[in-house]
Amino acid sequence: MTPARLAAVKAALFILCLMPLAQLAWLGWTDGLGANPIEFISRHLGAWALNFLLATLAVTPLRQLSGWHWLMRLRRMLGLFAFFYALLHFLAYVWLDQFFDWAAIARDIAKRPFITAGFAAFVLLLPLAATSNATMLRRLGGRRWQRLHRSIYAIAVIAVAHYWWLVKKDFRLPLLYAILLGALLGLRALRLSRERQRQLSSYSRSR
Amino acid sequence: MLIRRPPDLAASEITPRHVFERRRALIKAAGALALTAGLPATSRAGEAFSGLQQSPLSTTEAPNSLRDISGYNNFVEFGFGGKPQPAERAGAMKTRPWTVHVEGLVNRPRAFAIEDILRLAPLEERIYRFRCVEGWSMVIPWVGFPLGVLLRQVEPQGSAKYVEFVSLADPETMPGVRQPFLDWPYTEGLRLDEALHPLTLLAVGLYGEALPNQNGAPLRLVVPWKYGFKGGKSIVRIRLTERQPRTTWNLAQPEEYGFYANVNPAVSHPRWSQEKERRIGEFRKRATLPFNGYAGQVAQLYAGMDLRKFF
Repeated sequence: MTPARLAAVKAALFILCLMPLAQLAWLGWTDGLGANPIEFISRHLGAWALNFLLATLAVTPLRQLSGWHWLMRLRRMLGLFAFFYALLHFLAYVWLDQFFDWAAIARDIAKRPFITAGFAAFVLLLPLAATSNATMLRRLGGRRWQRLHRSIYAIAVIAVAHYWWLVKKDFRLPLLYAILLGALLGLRALRLSRERQRQLSSYSRSR
Repeated sequence: MLIRRPPDLAASEITPRHVFERRRALIKAAGALALTAGLPATSRAGEAFSGLQQSPLSTTEAPNSLRDISGYNNFVEFGFGGKPQPAERAGAMKTRPWTVHVEGLVNRPRAFAIEDILRLAPLEERIYRFRCVEGWSMVIPWVGFPLGVLLRQVEPQGSAKYVEFVSLADPETMPGVRQPFLDWPYTEGLRLDEALHPLTLLAVGLYGEALPNQNGAPLRLVVPWKYGFKGGKSIVRIRLTERQPRTTWNLAQPEEYGFYANVNPAVSHPRWSQEKERRIGEFRKRATLPFNGYAGQVAQLYAGMDLRKFF
């Protein structure tokens, strides 16, 4: 892929990633947010934070399966959009839902497992967003950077739990997210164990 | 140059909001009056009632719009997938013919046709606050009459202590009933003294019209001091019992939904606080009142009870 092509793909992806936000704006403009717009906005933003989280995690397996190495060049943008929507989701909670009632927010975070989980996932995303650029990668060194950014696996699990605990009785959609996440993490585990075996066997052969 | 023009519309020409919002009711009422003058009120979703009495038990707070009340519903028989689903799907439910069996510990068990129920008592408009366990609330102008009127028709026996309300469970028209998430049919219950309380309403309409299907047509229970899920919709059976009925949400998640389910800001739902609520149409949350603001009328029903235990 030529640099010019990649730049075009990135620009197109950037605009695509803004579509969920544009959709909210459009629905707001056309009175389409329903009777409880705050709930609608909050859920929409949360769902898209989760979607982008899974999309980010899908990049590596997709690259391995397809051989399209340029996919890796899109991963940071997807990850940052996951953070972007998570941040908006968090702001919707703090501002629209709780209206800066810090005492109530603190109680929620301490006492309600689903909010504890959501808040934890958001806080854990902060260092990843802060260290996403090349300067920070260089400063941390590849190995430490990678170790830090592996926390995305835990974040994704916590985020799915956050959604699961929110839902009332019908777990089909959170289950779908859990299965997708399980598949994305499972592919990695599979590859890792294969890698280990190959290394082991080449090691024993070399002896 | 500035040319001053009078406004196109005089304020006096603007239809007042309450009339505008009820224009369907008014048009239908006029039509119904012309066509069926003298006939008793019948009702199918959207049909207007005439000659409603205004209840002194109504709140003076401004009602939510018909659009919000009939568009933002939980009615799990029509799906668990969020608020627009009931409004989109409930049209499939057939509300005629409709029979309500009133039975159990009563001297005169009886199957009532909906037409008979509509004639049992003068219909009243009662504007009540409605508080959902999820943390939102509305103000709804119901049409109906006290449940006690119906219960006294069948003469409860001395041993009757509770009343069970069973909703329609028709897998043909109700997709939610085909899912195993809850024990169908949806069943709710009240203590007999709660059921006989003058605030407890058997609702057959709202905004002067027959109930929209998604709001529980053709008749539903409204208990304004309890969370909304206590108000069984589309009721087909009312049974008086000696023992406390097993109620649907309580069976499904007993730690989250109690039998009493009185609105109580001091008792949190395990997953969220109940201290505040969002009134639909308002931006800031407002404080939730004990018994949803009806404490003066109903608190004595629970004298001596630990409401944290019996939540």
